[in-house]
Amino acid sequence: MGVRTTLALAAGKTARAASRLRGGGSALPGLVTERIDPAVLRHTLGSLPRGVVVVSGTNGKTTTTKMLVALLRAHGLRVFTNPTGSNFTRGVISSMLGEVGLRGALAADVAVVELDEAHALHFSAQVRPTHSLLLNVARDQLDRFAEIDHTAQLLTTLAEQTTDGVVLNVDDSFISRIRGRVGDGVRVSWFGVDPSIADRLPELQEQDVRAEDTSEVVLDREERSAAALLLPADDGRAFTVRLPGDPGADVGPVTLRQRGLAAMINATAATAMARHVLGDDFRAGVAGAALARVAPPFGRGEVIDVGGVPLELVLVKNPAGFTVALGTYGSEPVATMVAINDNYADGRDVSWLYDVSFESLRERGVALTSGVRGWDMALRLRYDGVEVGDVETDLDAALDRFLSDHEGEPRRIFCTYTAMMHLRRRLADRFGLARFGEDPDA
Amino acid sequence: MTRPEGSSGVAVALPDDVAALAEVPADKGEVHVVHLYPREMSIYGDLGNTRCLAARLRWHGYRPVVHDHHPGAPWPERVDILLGGGGQDSGQVRVTEDLERHADRLRELAADGLPMLMICGMYQLFGEAFITVEGQRLPGLGILDVTTRGNATRMIGPVVLDTDFGSVVGYENHSGSTVLGEGQRPFGRVRHGKGNNGSDALEGARVGNVVASYLHGPILPANPTLADGLLEIAARRATGEWAPGEIDDTVATRAHQAQVRRLLGS
Ligand SMILES: [Zn+2]
Repeated sequence: MGVRTTLALAAGKTARAASRLRGGGSALPGLVTERIDPAVLRHTLGSLPRGVVVVSGTNGKTTTTKMLVALLRAHGLRVFTNPTGSNFTRGVISSMLGEVGLRGALAADVAVVELDEAHALHFSAQVRPTHSLLLNVARDQLDRFAEIDHTAQLLTTLAEQTTDGVVLNVDDSFISRIRGRVGDGVRVSWFGVDPSIADRLPELQEQDVRAEDTSEVVLDREERSAAALLLPADDGRAFTVRLPGDPGADVGPVTLRQRGLAAMINATAATAMARHVLGDDFRAGVAGAALARVAPPFGRGEVIDVGGVPLELVLVKNPAGFTVALGTYGSEPVATMVAINDNYADGRDVSWLYDVSFESLRERGVALTSGVRGWDMALRLRYDGVEVGDVETDLDAALDRFLSDHEGEPRRIFCTYTAMMHLRRRLADRFGLARFGEDPDA
Repeated sequence: MTRPEGSSGVAVALPDDVAALAEVPADKGEVHVVHLYPREMSIYGDLGNTRCLAARLRWHGYRPVVHDHHPGAPWPERVDILLGGGGQDSGQVRVTEDLERHADRLRELAADGLPMLMICGMYQLFGEAFITVEGQRLPGLGILDVTTRGNATRMIGPVVLDTDFGSVVGYENHSGSTVLGEGQRPFGRVRHGKGNNGSDALEGARVGNVVASYLHGPILPANPTLADGLLEIAARRATGEWAPGEIDDTVATRAHQAQVRRLLGS
């Protein structure tokens, strides 16, 4: 640990204190620190006894990271993690500043960080991850990453740079084929769905961009016996993570607080990684109890109590995610609004809406579409035969109308990122929710 | 999009859901829409163009028949309008062989006036050549007199054009930089965005009834005049006349106008 790191951390802590007073943004203190000591992450995270776990992939990073942290903490580990939504290098540094001493000692056994695909490499250039959990590759914000092949390549490089172990999704060919690219001696573990529910995979993936001739990875017996496989119960709410090699050790049945198949897969991925990191210390009972307690990250199926009736805010950001959300919620039709913005954080290109099928909304229709691209959303719905009550591009006006037109009924809003932030701020003012960026149980 | 498959890999009808939206009988004849390589070349919602044409045909009182053409499959027995989209590099590699096999046929159909809409990657493949960043020259079909160079920087963002079909809105996302040969007409003039190469304010290319463009969006739903312009040619070829029905395009027009107003400020 050098003087430079100490100076960097001191400057960062000062900036952090200052920006807290102003109630300001979270990345600036990280920027200050990184400017003074570009290797600050290596100096602080590089020496944690149980290593550094990176969670990456297009969908489910935040939920999976939260679950993995909960699993490791439940097993008694001290875990450093980056809070919801700050998944850039500077965000990681900023969140570290509150927990690190000036000598760079972090009171943690292990770090679990959520990183998006591009930033994962920036991070791994500084700190080589001991473990990587790679979830999936889907089309997301292509104006940033340009092509899905490119995204898959970024994750492959991340796996190549990982020193101890990678956990891969056997059902996503972009991820499973990374198996052949990890370094010598790096252990590969797997998660996926139980073969008995393989027919539900299309709900979670965009098949159209996966070539027919992609050679599928088939696990050998030993690999399959070490894989963590999701088996939902018939009621659709509970599930078991099957660990075929060790039948007594299955996790579950568990009922998550967050609904839907995607969350169950995230829990399966987190369980696979927890088992990988903990080895013989892993306890199925502890794991099941920990998963059942995890609260949904805000804005991802968050339920807000509005005058005694639930209002659900569902974040949608790419075709696979929107399809999953519709599959999860579509079977229970309620009054629905869809708000689509096209700011940078939403993805500026809205053509992805044409890669989602909205047929499940047809029965009940959509009361309102809103956001900067509210008219485009209404147009998209027209081509799926979904009746749209009205279009109000102004989010505040739309929310007011949606709340008053459907008073006393359960309601649901599907929204892109900046539309969600906007709506949530307004809802927070009116109904006293947790403040922005504050995770209710962090 | 689900399209019921017939015995020969041919989709026989529109999905019931969209057909059910039409309040008019489909008694003006069949129009066959062929989508080239829907798996490999339909990124960024390009399948929406096919869906838009099929729905509009039905709303106009025609019976749309949609064929998906996959690499290696026999050529559809009938085609009244042809669509193609953009793809990943890996997707383009997978379709080149099939495209070569049908090259003469495609050139003949283009010369014969078949309406075609080729977006992004398929636009490039319809040109004279693609020159990679490394300088390798890959010949195209030569239907359009355009040459594309691989480029390190991508041209990305919303676009507004002036075209023969009126103003057109969409979204471009391409790293290829395309230059028109002498005498080659563009599809449109750029009023907002980068266009073919970011410097000559031209976008896409047009030869006869072949319309090629970088615009995704997909391009047709929010540009109903363009969609109907292509359908008119297709319906005349298929049935001898164009008898459009009355379609309520309020939503499409508002979506279109919202983008024009935002991007041009007028
Ligand atoms: Zn493109």
